[in-house]
Amino acid sequence: MSLTRLCLAYLRIRLGTTLLNVTLIGLGVAILTSILLIGSQLRDRVQREIRGIDLVVGAKGSPLQLILSTVFHLDVPTGNVSAGEVAFLRNHPLVARAIPIALGDSAWGYRIVGTEPELLEERGVSIAAGRLWQAPMEAVLGAEVARSTGLEVGARFVGSHGLAGGIAHAEHPYVVVGVAARTGTIVDRLILTSLEGVWHVHAPRTTASHDGEQGDITALLVRYRTPLAAVQLPRLVNARPTLIAAVPAFEAARLLNIVGLGLEVLRFLGGVLLAIAAVAILVALTNALSERRADLALMRTLGATRGLLIRALLLEAVLLTTSGLALGLLLAHLSLEVLVLVLPEARASGLSGLVLAPGEIWLVPALLALAIAAAAIPAVRLYRANLVRILAQR
Amino acid sequence: MASSGDTSPVVLVEKLRLSANGRPLVELERWEIPAGERVAIVGPSGSGKTTFLQTLAGLRLADEGRVVVCGRDLARMSEAQRDVFRGRHIGFVHQTLHLVRSLSVLDNLRLAAFVVGNRVADQRLLHLLASVGLEDRANSSTIDLSHGEAQRVAIARALVNEPRLVLADEPTSALDDGNARAILELLLKVAADRGAALVVATHDSRLIGSFDRRLALGVER
Repeated sequence: MSLTRLCLAYLRIRLGTTLLNVTLIGLGVAILTSILLIGSQLRDRVQREIRGIDLVVGAKGSPLQLILSTVFHLDVPTGNVSAGEVAFLRNHPLVARAIPIALGDSAWGYRIVGTEPELLEERGVSIAAGRLWQAPMEAVLGAEVARSTGLEVGARFVGSHGLAGGIAHAEHPYVVVGVAARTGTIVDRLILTSLEGVWHVHAPRTTASHDGEQGDITALLVRYRTPLAAVQLPRLVNARPTLIAAVPAFEAARLLNIVGLGLEVLRFLGGVLLAIAAVAILVALTNALSERRADLALMRTLGATRGLLIRALLLEAVLLTTSGLALGLLLAHLSLEVLVLVLPEARASGLSGLVLAPGEIWLVPALLALAIAAAAIPAVRLYRANLVRILAQR
Repeated sequence: MASSGDTSPVVLVEKLRLSANGRPLVELERWEIPAGERVAIVGPSGSGKTTFLQTLAGLRLADEGRVVVCGRDLARMSEAQRDVFRGRHIGFVHQTLHLVRSLSVLDNLRLAAFVVGNRVADQRLLHLLASVGLEDRANSSTIDLSHGEAQRVAIARALVNEPRLVLADEPTSALDDGNARAILELLLKVAADRGAALVVATHDSRLIGSFDRRLALGVER
């Protein structure tokens, strides 16, 4: 016999109520854990994507759109940046590095990005198979692109205009010369090629030439040379009539705030569920006390102290909440993992149910505090119970 | 606790006054029970039999006077000390308050040892169940027991911690003649086997003859 065994026996005899309470707690915990898991992984992902990029310079438009289109590859570009502006910025003394990217086409929904090999170096991307592009119309596939399309080095493909189902550039096929190693970033979902390749495909629509003349680009990913640049460079760029400067850290924070609002609503819902669960535990324990008055009196005559009975009550609340906690954690991790397996978008976004979210561990003390709070009122009632009066009623 | 050769009384009551709702119930100048003695507390309903037993068990304190059990003055202990002392040295059998329903028969016996921190081997508990004729019901749910069987289990449980004093409050009042006689004989036997003093509160005149002496409370006194 142990206190746990005694409590489990009590929980078992009121199985329906026990299961209901565990489910309520489990659902609250599952919602909160999912928010922690998704929120933290989303934040990590965003931070990973913007690492090493101090400023993005693009055509006048929304700074958030510029970041979404050129860093996260989720939106349409704001426009083009002329070769003259590119040269001006690349040669500016406040700029340590400026990597150009040119967008416009896609294949199988994956964006084709014209850029320079420096981008891969900057993002720490290595080549898993083949080599880097060396000539126009040579392409390196991101790891996820290669996996989902099954394309290997030597394969040919054509891009189509825009992000989904635009005009195919059948007369300008690309040849796969390399496959990038998996990074867990957006690079996995990109098709990388030279700027010249993109200019070549879009020659009639851009000012690009086929003879090495610089064409328009979509944006420049800039790294500052000095901290002073953070103050001066955006101002300088924004003063130019066709350009806009977007600070990824700032725009990412804005983006997370927008997403965060939805997460806050869910977090509130999870909190409400847990509060309901706490009240349910309180009611369950109060009812249990009323039902068990005889048992409690009997145990007192057997030699149980008030302290022992209160410990049993608290343990019962703790057993309920820890079962709910375990159920909730399992539900959250398992459902996210299932989501990742079923939805390619979730897989592509790098979500995983097999990791612990940073704040997750705090759910344990929070839930234990909830259990103790829920058991407090019944415990006080138990402490004040008049043993002789209960015995007299039997 | 006294040793087996100890001749000091198991219960010593001095200048005891018990009352309920301002009405005097029990007054005893000096009263004691030696080890192994069997005493019947008799009197009509409301005469204070239960109150007296509860006082001997330390479940309530006397208004005046001293109650010493196994050499310990109950009033000089804290409530928690009294609880544990009761569990270790006093077995209590109630009239109807028998068993914890959510536990099996054997677990009810285990519970008695657990609440006072005693370790008692299951083999001994099964032996106790055998002594009340219920060895084959060890793993039964208490819900399946008859009233008489539940009372037998309660008697076995009262003996788990080998008490020197067994108190029983109207243990046969809810039983028919045959069962009442059987339960009383069982109580007398198991108490005698263990050398425990036995105090039974009853208003059942059928049973009085089985005791060494009686203490009358209320109008019969």
